[in-house]
Amino acid sequence: MTIQVRNLNVWYGHSQALHDVNLTIESQGVTAIIGPSGCGKSTFVRCLNRMHEEIDGGRVEGEVLIDGINIYTRAIKPIYVRSHIGMVFQRPNPLPTRSIFENVAIGLRLNGLASGTYLKERVEHSLKQAALWDEVKDRLDDTASQLSGGQQQRLCIARALAIEPKIILMDEPCSALDPISTFQVEELIRELSNSYTVVIVTHNMQQAGRVADRTVFFLQGKLIEEGETEKFFAHPAKKETEDYITGRFS
Amino acid sequence: MLFRGFTLLLVLIVVAVILGVAWILVSNSMPTIQHFGLSFLSNQAFDPVHNIFGVAPAIFGTLVTSAFALIFAVPIGVGTAIFLVDFCPRPLQMPLSFIVELLAAVPSVIYGLFGFLVLAPWLQTSGQPWLQRYLGFLPFFQGQFHGLGLLAAGMILVIMVLPLITSVSREVILTTPTAQREALLALGSTRWEVIRYAVLPYSRIGITGGVILALGRALGETMAVTMVIGNQASAISPSLFSTGYTLSSVIANQFGEATPGLFFSAVIEAGLLVFIITLITNVIARILIYRMGRVGGLAV
Amino acid sequence: MSTVVENPPVANPFQPPRTAHNARRRASNILIIVFSLLATAFAVVVLLFLLLYVLRAGLPFINVALFTRIPTPNGEPGGGLANSIQGSLILVGLASLFGIPLGLFTGIYLSEFGRGSIALGVRFLVDVLNGIPTIIFGLFAWIFIVVPQQSFSGLAGGVALGIIMIPIVARTSEEVLRLVPKELREASLALGATESRTILRVVIPAARNGIITGIVLAMARVAGETAPLLMTAFGNPFFNSDITQPMDALPLRIFNFAESPYPAQINQAYAGSLVLIVLILLTSFAIRWATGGFQRSGR
Repeated sequence: MTIQVRNLNVWYGHSQALHDVNLTIESQGVTAIIGPSGCGKSTFVRCLNRMHEEIDGGRVEGEVLIDGINIYTRAIKPIYVRSHIGMVFQRPNPLPTRSIFENVAIGLRLNGLASGTYLKERVEHSLKQAALWDEVKDRLDDTASQLSGGQQQRLCIARALAIEPKIILMDEPCSALDPISTFQVEELIRELSNSYTVVIVTHNMQQAGRVADRTVFFLQGKLIEEGETEKFFAHPAKKETEDYITGRFS
Repeated sequence: MLFRGFTLLLVLIVVAVILGVAWILVSNSMPTIQHFGLSFLSNQAFDPVHNIFGVAPAIFGTLVTSAFALIFAVPIGVGTAIFLVDFCPRPLQMPLSFIVELLAAVPSVIYGLFGFLVLAPWLQTSGQPWLQRYLGFLPFFQGQFHGLGLLAAGMILVIMVLPLITSVSREVILTTPTAQREALLALGSTRWEVIRYAVLPYSRIGITGGVILALGRALGETMAVTMVIGNQASAISPSLFSTGYTLSSVIANQFGEATPGLFFSAVIEAGLLVFIITLITNVIARILIYRMGRVGGLAV
Repeated sequence: MSTVVENPPVANPFQPPRTAHNARRRASNILIIVFSLLATAFAVVVLLFLLLYVLRAGLPFINVALFTRIPTPNGEPGGGLANSIQGSLILVGLASLFGIPLGLFTGIYLSEFGRGSIALGVRFLVDVLNGIPTIIFGLFAWIFIVVPQQSFSGLAGGVALGIIMIPIVARTSEEVLRLVPKELREASLALGATESRTILRVVIPAARNGIITGIVLAMARVAGETAPLLMTAFGNPFFNSDITQPMDALPLRIFNFAESPYPAQINQAYAGSLVLIVLILLTSFAIRWATGGFQRSGR
């Protein structure tokens, strides 16, 4: 699914967080959003699945077209946008008191997408996609809180994948993980890029270099530059980009 | 350290007072404890003529009115908390929570006055006949109308414990981690689904603590209940229309009549029972609420 | 492509499939909104009804006489609640004499000195005190003071009310004292002040507003208490400022008059209730305003 962002302006109450953002994200592949803290990258990503408006005082103006349809029209309810987009958060957030199975199944149950044996198949499939199946297949009824941090994050990825979204948004998914788990998740992201449109926010430029096909740079709420990752890092077009990449500020 | 010593002295006095209250209750109930033992709990009345004392109807009245209060106050209280946190427009949140908390600040004698002068007469002329007409097949709504009685007391108690349940539930719901809510929102949940799968499971323990606190409050409420419950001995029956009394109202009504000896001791023992019951509910509630982590600024 | 169970794929994937499942979801969502709204409305309506009713029934009988005359015998018209109001003031004052120091220093202990299991024990006991129905303290004072003295007295009432104040003052004091930044204490000690000086001259003044709020809260609470006074102060239809004798209090008088057969007394019960409610309302507003409760943010 292609994402087209047109004239996006976003506020938290009275303070403007994003200024006139225009961006096209092509179907399939990984796009990384980088930039210093507070530049608006998380805010941007949260506008893609209409999560920003859940925040007190959150306001969005502009258009986000997914496959040509503007998700910010009045006729479209946010919950039906979100059920087509998967999101993975910075800190793994499985439902702690529910089982591993239930955590993955819940998206399917809520949206009425599957039940019975078909549900079990979908759960298994998602856990395999998230490279977690082998580690949990014998203990699907254990509570999610018994998993390690890396496993929990992969569980959250499985949960997001279960509803078969076309787009997967990831907001710094590895920042709370140890290096080994980070490596595993990055591998996962590369795999997913074959079938999904993945947008990943990261403050780690090396990570962007490793996983992303395209990279986008935000600074103080404005989109400064975007381009194919290799070229982006090798020959940045704008001075601000170059300053950031070379670590003049972080 | 003079200052330290002084502080410790005062703390010691406070501890002594608490222990003293317990001690005085126990030691002054001894006569009836020794005389009746457990039958104090099953004897049917305070009968100074035959020197038989018992609190069975009082316990019955206490349990029935408190149960009635919780059955209605819990859904209304939790519902109000949910509204205030999740659905209420921002500018209205503070004023509305303030109004609900005001319910807790009204002195119980005023609830009693209102119950006695307004609610009970209305029940007798309109409320109870209506209930009997449409729901009279239930044993709860059979029998004579007095206006005053278990139903009136139960209704007043609903209002009195409501603010407690609401404020505890609200504080607890507010501590639900946003990450949990967001996890569900991102899957495309409705508001209700977020509450049902993220908020309530998380808040369950704390809300239960609040409910138990409310139970303790209902069990010990004196003035409002005394003024509307009728304070007449009547046979223990399932009808909510019947009059009765509670452990606290027994104390309030009988202390003046109490002659030294068993009568006096019986009144004190009723007080001891109230003390023990509310102590237990209070401890259980606090354990539950503290298990949720310190919920700051809780005005209980 | 995800498989939607019942309907064929729709042109706009963001329009919800019109399944029974989705209709159920919508319905339960609306249901909870309506239910919670009604619940809140119930609480608000009840309070407003109560307040307005007391206002309407009591306002006509608010006059100067209410505050200057004592009750007339046998429900004759006229008279007032002056002795009750005076009694209440004396009782609350007496209670404060016991309750404030005991509560405040317990709060200081818990915040500044208390460590380990002893402090835990003390805090537990204070919490216990908080949850006990107030009539029990009346019983305590009844046995402890009234029975030996063979007389109801304002003193007994004051003691009972004072005990009620202790946990309220202790808890609010402890909370605000804890909020005083550690750095303040350290700075004072580093300047050479003793511990007691630090607490008295630095920490307590820093927490002063919160402490006063707690005290006012406790005083307003006990001003409305009736049950513990039934068997201690007992009530008195005349002026009495002798604490060794029975004393009247506004809530006691309201209780007395509410069940009276005389309409004139019932009217004064409403009037007295109105005075009491206005007092409580004003205190609640003042406390909220003082603690900035009107600006606290929600979720």
